[in-house]
Amino acid sequence: MMEELRFLIEVLVGGLLSGVMYSLVAIGFVLIYKTSGVLNFAQGSMILFAALTVVSLLERGVPMALAIAVSLVGMIVIGMAIERTVLRPLVNRTPITLFMATLGVSYVIEGAAQLLWGAQVHGLDLGIDDSPLEIQGVLVSSFDLVAAAIAATMVAVLSAFFRLTRTGLAFRAVADDPFAALAVGLRLPAIWATVWATSGIVALVAGLLWGARLGVQFSLSMVVLKALPVLVLGGFDSVAGAIVGGLAIGAAEKLSEVYLGPLVGGGIESWFAYAVALAFLLIRPTGLFGRKPVERV
Amino acid sequence: MRNLSAMIRGIAVGASLLASTAAQADEQYFPLQSYRVGPYAAGGTGFFGGFIDYLNLVNIRDGGVNGVKLTWDECETQYEVERGVECYERQKGHRPGASAWNPLSVGIAYAMIDRITADKVPLITINHGRTDSTDGRVFPYVFPLLLNPYSETSGIITYIGTKVGGIDKLKGKKIAVLYHGSPYGKETIPIYDLLAQKFGFEVQQIEVPHPGNEQQAQWLTIRRYHPDYVVLRGWGVMNPVALKTAQKTGFPVDHIIGNVWSNSEEDATPAGDAAKGYVAITTQASGAEYPVLQEIVKTVYGSGKGNLDDKKRIGSVYHNLGIVNGILNVEAIRVAQEKFGHRTLTGEEVRWGFENLHLDEARVAALGAKGLFHSIHVTCANHEGEGRVTFQQWDGAKWTVVSDWIAPDWALLRPIIEKSSASYAAEKGITPRDCGN
Amino acid sequence: MTALRFLVLVTALAAGLPLVYSGSYLYDAILTPFLALSLAALGLNLLTGYAGQVSLGSSAFMAIGAYSAYNLTLRIPGLPLVAILLASGGITAAIGLVFGLPSLRLRGFYLAVSTLAAQFFVQWALNKFGWFSHDSASGVISAPALQAFGFRFESPVARYDLSLAVVVLLTALAFRLSRSQTGLNLIAIRDHETAARVIGVSVVKTKLLAFLISSFLIGVAGVLWSFAYLRTIEPNGFTLDRSFQILFIIIIGGVATIRGAFIGAAFMVLLPLGLSNLGAALLPKSFDSGVLEMSLKVVQGSLIVLFLIVEPNGLAALGQRLWRRALPVRSGSKPDAQPFAPPLPETLNGEI
Repeated sequence: MMEELRFLIEVLVGGLLSGVMYSLVAIGFVLIYKTSGVLNFAQGSMILFAALTVVSLLERGVPMALAIAVSLVGMIVIGMAIERTVLRPLVNRTPITLFMATLGVSYVIEGAAQLLWGAQVHGLDLGIDDSPLEIQGVLVSSFDLVAAAIAATMVAVLSAFFRLTRTGLAFRAVADDPFAALAVGLRLPAIWATVWATSGIVALVAGLLWGARLGVQFSLSMVVLKALPVLVLGGFDSVAGAIVGGLAIGAAEKLSEVYLGPLVGGGIESWFAYAVALAFLLIRPTGLFGRKPVERV
Repeated sequence: MRNLSAMIRGIAVGASLLASTAAQADEQYFPLQSYRVGPYAAGGTGFFGGFIDYLNLVNIRDGGVNGVKLTWDECETQYEVERGVECYERQKGHRPGASAWNPLSVGIAYAMIDRITADKVPLITINHGRTDSTDGRVFPYVFPLLLNPYSETSGIITYIGTKVGGIDKLKGKKIAVLYHGSPYGKETIPIYDLLAQKFGFEVQQIEVPHPGNEQQAQWLTIRRYHPDYVVLRGWGVMNPVALKTAQKTGFPVDHIIGNVWSNSEEDATPAGDAAKGYVAITTQASGAEYPVLQEIVKTVYGSGKGNLDDKKRIGSVYHNLGIVNGILNVEAIRVAQEKFGHRTLTGEEVRWGFENLHLDEARVAALGAKGLFHSIHVTCANHEGEGRVTFQQWDGAKWTVVSDWIAPDWALLRPIIEKSSASYAAEKGITPRDCGN
Repeated sequence: MTALRFLVLVTALAAGLPLVYSGSYLYDAILTPFLALSLAALGLNLLTGYAGQVSLGSSAFMAIGAYSAYNLTLRIPGLPLVAILLASGGITAAIGLVFGLPSLRLRGFYLAVSTLAAQFFVQWALNKFGWFSHDSASGVISAPALQAFGFRFESPVARYDLSLAVVVLLTALAFRLSRSQTGLNLIAIRDHETAARVIGVSVVKTKLLAFLISSFLIGVAGVLWSFAYLRTIEPNGFTLDRSFQILFIIIIGGVATIRGAFIGAAFMVLLPLGLSNLGAALLPKSFDSGVLEMSLKVVQGSLIVLFLIVEPNGLAALGQRLWRRALPVRSGSKPDAQPFAPPLPETLNGEI
């Protein structure tokens, strides 16, 4: 039975580490939703664009650091451009309109990425070795550990940013009550531009890690579909929730695929995360950490 | 807007009609429902690139087939069925009519079977398509040339047999099949069961949901199962992720055997080091050293008509598949021309050409393709043509052949194929042809 | 001109078209898919446009309709065409009702995410259980020809006529619904659910009814799509991309209008075809078709964004404005519902 227990822990650990990767994507969503109420479906295509840019530059002989820097600038520019040209004109519309707009933007970015860099498949080598580690007989992927560390660092930096810097406080103020923030003198457009830029940076980090994990090609933008259940579970506007949600979804998904999957023939990973999120929602309609909406008639 | 589109189409058709009546030489037209964008673009650009390169070679070097020029045009399908159907409807109005259809897509091929049968133009589904369309008595117009999914499975098991010291030594071994969560992936499950029964090995089928970005759970399950070999029946991104996840979970990559849609450079390269040692089946060898490839480089690319943007891809798996497909299509026309005359042929005549396509090793060598592919022998009842397979291993930069040309166990598979085609015939109310001889 | 007269006129024109033009391309590649997508968009419009229940899983329901029709045709031979259509729609409606239950507790994005659960689950189930596709080895099924009274609908014109008849009938019914009390209830729930409850609208019944009717229409649309247009059925044809496509149709065409579904579908079907036909005719052969396709994607995305910014009520409203400007004002014409009125300030922090 030790064998079975060891295997269970392996699956669990693998799932938790996968979940961290999902959280990476979800955090980009949270940033934007927290401060402007927009669910940015284009996050997936931004991840694709960032990864494609880096990889294409690398293949043309550009050194890694420069490639990342160029991509970083590109992502910031794209983020700010989206905010300015798409969202600012739509600022008073219903959330679903904004969501649809980001869906349109995702099509634009995906098309532009492939126009610019082509539709080939690329490998991305970040220099992180992926040989398995055996800790007490339990197999752990070294790449996933490094990715988890990077994600943790990013979360720490973001949390510190939100709590300790003026801009971070401004973000939180805007999230709490845009009108009050305006009244106090915070410049919303500047803040929104900064948020989108930050989200672009998060997309780059996620793009690099996911790209190294999967290879950089078209379906990279589909990782966003894994992030949505995470957001549902953790709440759309909480970074901590994104982490917890990611871990939960990752673990649940892997465990279910290994243990429940064979009962129905396998392949349940494609919808299990959504089923979990749905079941959870029916108990807590605004997620683990989300805020309950207050409504007046 | 409807009218505008129809009008424009009308103008385009009218213009092309004028142009074609003005042309002197006869032509043989190939409509290409190509895909150069979307998730499978790498395969599409390689395959259609190779096909066009070979057609160009025949035009430039030989002046066409006995003076009949080869022409084509492309219609982007993005690998989507309804785009493929729309392209079909659009391209079939071309005059002269289509010689043969080559969609390189299972979904599109299926959607076309009824249409091409009614329009009497052959449908070539090289290395893919309906397995039971091998039975030419029920599917007179469909040609799954060289390989169908069942033969591929048999070839893989035979190869694994050679690796363990003989096919009888398979008894008691464990094989895991990691398949793409789609009808394509599931198609060979019954055959693996059949072969497992025959040779006494254990088989476990593990599904990877589309698109296959996450395979942690599957490879941990494989780890628990301790198979001797893993067969990778993948598609698109599932392939490099499988190789990387295998490395992550410590499964030796040289014990992973890829199927015919997991065998290209685009499948191995993104996995980086994790792919070194990976073996995959193929019906055509990689590399640009074959005479026909050399000629294409010299003649076609030399005169600036090469179709591939990236010259490094010349000789890659999909490019060579396109070239072999070109050879088969052109030779079918040549065969048909001997019977019907050196002129533009109708679809029905080209069909006859395919049905009598016999390229033995000598003829293949004469075409400059010795070592590129083995042979083909299409008959009325067997539209697959008994194509042979070989296996290549990835060394990090290219594929190298590591086995002889293996013949799948066609005799074993034929009864199952006939059973399936018989049930299709019954469902559709088709009377199977009598192939006489 | 009243709506009824308009519908009759358009139907007559559409039905008479085959008499003047019989090239198969128009019917097989343009009009029949247009009709099928319009019907699906109509169904989604009732749910998302009128009732405000966002659904991202519409293509899954098209799939359910298609597979139901396939299994009914196969396993109950001799079942009349009307029964097949009604039953397929009915099965889809029942399943839609089940997946609509979360809407009683969830709103906005959360509901949208739960509809994604439906999308992925249905795709998986249809793929996994061979029974649905009659254990076909490759899972891609050829749809048998539809027949009624011994006549097989096989030619492009026949299939077009069938689709036309079905779509016109269901559109007329949907139109009556939208003008009835139920239609007003749907809009009430979308605009302000709590207020609607306060004034006595039965929220539970109305929401479930919306899912029921919408799924029925989408299911029948799926049958038309698979049997009248493509004539194959495979799970891959009903992906998330198609759900998005249908959602785009109603956004561009005009939410909460009947004609919006048609205008949007025409736009979405014709734009790529028109552009790629034009490109194929005008551009030299060596031009990479891939570049054209990606440009198309960029154009589509940009148009969607543009529409949302400039005319959120879609082409239908745009058309109406131009129409009104061209004709003198008639008394007695009903104004359309205002779907995208800006929310009240109190709800900025609340309702998602």
